[in-house]
Amino acid sequence: MSGWRLPSDGGIDRDRPLGFTFDGQPLSGFEGDTLASALLASGPRILGRSFKYHRPRGLWGMGGEEPNAILDVTGPEGVTPNVRATQMRLRDGMALASVNAAPDAARDRFGIMDLAHRFLPAGFYYKTFMAMGWMRWEPMIRRMAGLGRVDPGHHPAADAVPMNARCDLLVIGAGPAGLAAARAAAGQGRAVWLVDEAGAVGGSLRWRGGQIDGGDWRAFASETVTAVEAAGGRVMTDTTLWGAFDHGLFAAWQRREGQPDRHWRIRAANVVLAAGAIERPLWFANNDLPGVMSAEAALHYLRLYGAVAGRNIVLATGNDASYPVAAALAEAGARVTLADARADGPAAPEGVELLRGARLTKAKGRREVGGAVVDGGHVDADTVLVSGGYTPSVHLWCQAGGKLDWNAGADALVPRPGTCGMAVAGAANGGFGLQRALEEGHRAGTGTGPAPRAATTGDWGLVPMRPDPTLKGRQWLDPQNDVTLKDVKLAAQEGYRSVEHLKRYTTLGMATDQGRSANFAGLAAMSAITGLSIPETGTTTYRPPFTPVPLKTIAGLRRGELFNPVKRLALEPLHRNQGARFREYGGWLRPSVYGDGEESTLAQAEAKAARETVGLYDASPLGKIEVIGPGAAELLDFCGYIRMSTLKTGRARYGFMLSETGIVHDDGVMFRLAEDRFIVSASSSHVASVRMILEEARQDRFDPRRSFIHDVTANWVTITLTGPRAGDLAHAAGLPDQMLALPHMGVAEGLWNGHPVRVARVSFTGDLSYEISVPARHGTALHARLEAARAAHKGRWIGLESVMILRAEKGFILVGKDTDGLTMPHDLGWGGPREKRKDEYFGRRSLFTPEACRHDRRQLVGLVTDGPDPLPVGAHLVARDGPRRSLGFVTSSYVSPTLKRPIALALLEAGGSRMGEALTAFQLGATRSVQVTPACAFDPEGGRLNG
Amino acid sequence: MQIFTCPFCGPREETEFHFAAEAGKHRPEPAEEVSDADWADYLYLNDAPKGAAREVWVHATCGEFFVMTRDTVTREITDVTALPGRDG
Repeated sequence: MSGWRLPSDGGIDRDRPLGFTFDGQPLSGFEGDTLASALLASGPRILGRSFKYHRPRGLWGMGGEEPNAILDVTGPEGVTPNVRATQMRLRDGMALASVNAAPDAARDRFGIMDLAHRFLPAGFYYKTFMAMGWMRWEPMIRRMAGLGRVDPGHHPAADAVPMNARCDLLVIGAGPAGLAAARAAAGQGRAVWLVDEAGAVGGSLRWRGGQIDGGDWRAFASETVTAVEAAGGRVMTDTTLWGAFDHGLFAAWQRREGQPDRHWRIRAANVVLAAGAIERPLWFANNDLPGVMSAEAALHYLRLYGAVAGRNIVLATGNDASYPVAAALAEAGARVTLADARADGPAAPEGVELLRGARLTKAKGRREVGGAVVDGGHVDADTVLVSGGYTPSVHLWCQAGGKLDWNAGADALVPRPGTCGMAVAGAANGGFGLQRALEEGHRAGTGTGPAPRAATTGDWGLVPMRPDPTLKGRQWLDPQNDVTLKDVKLAAQEGYRSVEHLKRYTTLGMATDQGRSANFAGLAAMSAITGLSIPETGTTTYRPPFTPVPLKTIAGLRRGELFNPVKRLALEPLHRNQGARFREYGGWLRPSVYGDGEESTLAQAEAKAARETVGLYDASPLGKIEVIGPGAAELLDFCGYIRMSTLKTGRARYGFMLSETGIVHDDGVMFRLAEDRFIVSASSSHVASVRMILEEARQDRFDPRRSFIHDVTANWVTITLTGPRAGDLAHAAGLPDQMLALPHMGVAEGLWNGHPVRVARVSFTGDLSYEISVPARHGTALHARLEAARAAHKGRWIGLESVMILRAEKGFILVGKDTDGLTMPHDLGWGGPREKRKDEYFGRRSLFTPEACRHDRRQLVGLVTDGPDPLPVGAHLVARDGPRRSLGFVTSSYVSPTLKRPIALALLEAGGSRMGEALTAFQLGATRSVQVTPACAFDPEGGRLNG
Repeated sequence: MQIFTCPFCGPREETEFHFAAEAGKHRPEPAEEVSDADWADYLYLNDAPKGAAREVWVHATCGEFFVMTRDTVTREITDVTALPGRDG
């Protein structure tokens, strides 16, 4: 416990203390604190454990780069796992828990893993557990792995509507460069969106301070905000721009106080990336000890929260940017030793002991920093602050396809101009120092005239700092995933020299911080080993997200029912009133059965009633694609397997639509209502794809002016009456005589009670059927008329489950259930057109390939079996004697209440020539004996079609 | 998320579109005179060009098929043209 709080200063409200717990220990902070600042000022140093060795881990940084301080946070809404302590504001009563530690971070019992580190080098898992049988070890490893624990009972609100936005200029980062860019653009009247991850604008100005144009930076910032808003722009803080996508789409995650997080999709005419830079660590023995922190972060906590990292501080650096940090800490009352790797530099700040040309080689201490070794000598310290230079945040640049160049002055990879549509400014561009940031920002915002002036100029005098392979002790590159310099050497030795291989072999940079502080060191180490330069070594690919984004935020409303919304029937409320139970069928929510009781029992009763009297079902989802125009018949002839140009007006014909590969794509009935008007009654789940097949032929092959395709499925309500008393019920409901008198496969349109009606005598059940369609707004009236007449004719509403039984009794197929991706029409007993049609049609050529002509193709058959139970769907059919080879499989299987026995459809090799043959149905080790029959099990003569 | 321009509706997000076919890949006809191998080539062999590509796409919401010229690497779209139709 070395951090402490200044008695005054910092942006916190000292009149409003907040209580919280960390791993059960009661602590306190103030309004305005983040979890990290409150822990730093008041609490324990060991905030978590590393992923592999369970080494103690403490606070390192100040933002999304934080690799160590990851907590499960319990607030009023429940548990939020894996929160970076640097990015969440403290609230009264929060309970914070460390992750990857048991029972807690301070006393983690898996800490013994560290003793075994010699035996757990990079690639240990690959080498050990794969060879010894991964499956055996996986459960144990899974229990030990992972970070926070998800509370399965916690369903966070995700009811924020995702927002789409456009702007003239998107400025990413509201530090000095971003502010200068936004101010320049807003001054020209452009709509600027200025977005920053932090809770306030200013970026590094917030802790480094500065004078701009002769005044305090705060005046410059607030003028900029005013100018942006006056020009119709927007300033968004607490908002992370987490991804750059194709065609200039940016995704942003906005955290809102007291409201659910919001997801933004922003398209901008121009973009300025001013995302700043992230401080690099230094590499010395035990550089992972709690108490080793980024120098920049220490200044951040001091200035913004009055939280001081320690009392006895060693600050190791190789640049001028650390001098103000040392000065501020000394002024706050800490004892500061500044170890500068350079032989010359600025003068020692007041109260700071400056060691020039000094090298930090080791942090002492077992659980946290207890001292340091500088130039071979011991230095008393409770805290080690480090600055190994700065890595520009070029993630979004690279995500958008930009390339990088090495900039020796900045000692960093920076955006290569012209490789990406964005402008880059400030530290993200390697432009360190306030004056450069302002100038680059001003230019990026297409500002004219002089850029804003800072009071201080000059660069930071960076010298390259690198891991030293000759140094003794373990040097951590990736503190979260426990990758050391030795692991990189091992990877190189074993041939994993490409950065992409290095990453995957050692897991360097694969932790939740995505190697913000680790990647550069790994890259530099590999480049030193291979002798290639850093640009030659390259970087791993940058991919979204920039920081972990809660999935609930991206999903927004698209969850549960709204994830993949079902299509609903216009008459759904009426069906519900009648006790319908609903289920999804091909994207539609439809009644499965009506009434209380077991579904299969109800389906049996409904199927029986439909065979004995009359069943009524809602067939509205059945496709209704109108094909209209002088070219309609020609178009349908090409697109269908069965000719429709020969169909007479007022008649219906069953047909197939194939794909160009000859496979059955859909089946259904087509109606000809007039010489130039057809309705394609596609299967309810194939309407969209059938329409596309028709459209493609219409636009690509025919004259698009001669036909028109219009899908009106949703505009009509269709109720089907089926059963011996269907005609009586239709008559009682008052259907016009001319429609009642329709022959089988006849269709007629007319007016009924003042509104249009269409009646078709087509049957999906084998019984006398009337398909009655009315415009959807008259559906309720149709329902009422049928309902009024229903009881007298013992009519019963039936659900889809019983319709399935009825159609299977007749051997009527469902495409996709009774057919698969190999089924052609002649496999279903529809070989006629294949042999007789001489004109060209879609899929025709494919019906004559050697494969299509084989005699052992799987063909549709029926099956009878012993016993009262239906066969399992999917059961394989094998020969009674001989090799156990699958000859086919059961596709549909039910118990027929009318036949009082199980029925089944199957696809069977050379099924057509196996009638009467005895086979075995095999599934999950159980066998049943079956006999092959024709697919149609009920009324094969078709006498019932006419009632 | 790319933005494609439907010749009928204007610019829309890519999720509203489907790839339909390679542009300029003609259905070999009379198909019955085409060898099995050539027919299989027509059905199953497609180019996957890196860089410039001409493709037929469909705007699924309105049903418009059109030719799009684009770069599969840079994602730049240089042209969209409605299909000419048989007599166009």
